[in-house]
Amino acid sequence: MKTKELKVKSKTENLSVIRDFISTSAAEARVTPDVVENIILAVDEACTNIIKHAYKSFPDGELIIKTKSTQSRFIISITDYGNSFEPDSIPEPDLQKYYRQKRVGGLGMYLMKTLMDDVKYVSIPGKHNEVLLSKNIKVAQSNAG
Amino acid sequence: MAEFNTSIKDQGAVSVINLKGYLDAHTAPILENNFVDLIDKNRYQIVVDFKELAYISSAGLGVFMAYIEKIRESNGDIKLSGMNDKVYNIFDLLGFPLLYEIFKSETEAVKKFTEIK
Repeated sequence: MKTKELKVKSKTENLSVIRDFISTSAAEARVTPDVVENIILAVDEACTNIIKHAYKSFPDGELIIKTKSTQSRFIISITDYGNSFEPDSIPEPDLQKYYRQKRVGGLGMYLMKTLMDDVKYVSIPGKHNEVLLSKNIKVAQSNAG
Repeated sequence: MAEFNTSIKDQGAVSVINLKGYLDAHTAPILENNFVDLIDKNRYQIVVDFKELAYISSAGLGVFMAYIEKIRESNGDIKLSGMNDKVYNIFDLLGFPLLYEIFKSETEAVKKFTEIK
């Protein structure tokens, strides 16, 4: 299992750095080019959401992007330390509503779910948020049979 | 840094915006400014040509949604042309072909405006 990591600040100008990183690590994992394109877009959308919503466009936040590949899956984890949900200040029902609205309202969210096989959010208030994107892959075989 | 730039040319009453490079959340404001400038000049017949566009994310798609209503209210339209398959697929996933007329070439898109008149 290969893993790679990239750490960047929460600036939109880093989206191109993130795309290049995903392009390289997916190609190294021998993901087919058309699938690589879809993964790049899904990760761009996830990172754009983090920069705009979790960090509210504050440019000094941190994004940690990790990729991992197995025989059958390419997995990307994106961690940020931006706004998560504080149970003390935000009642539970509103929190759920907020998530629902994001999923229904956002073009980016829709693309992520459409382009990837699995999208998961883990939020530990006061610590970090993590988005996990996963794509089933068929790697090119070097030997026939 | 993502490379993105636009150029605008007028063909009679129609303004053509040519997109080049990577259109994402970082570069979308460049295109937004183009629309704002054209609307300021009361130029509502707009063709956006994608021939040299390599990449688009939802932040780029959002720019088209942001101005289409105002432009159509002013009897104008945004018509799109020259998309590669990859870019078209993203538009298609989000249902954009139902909202916008998409042409193979810039010339066809410009012509559509003049035919209506």
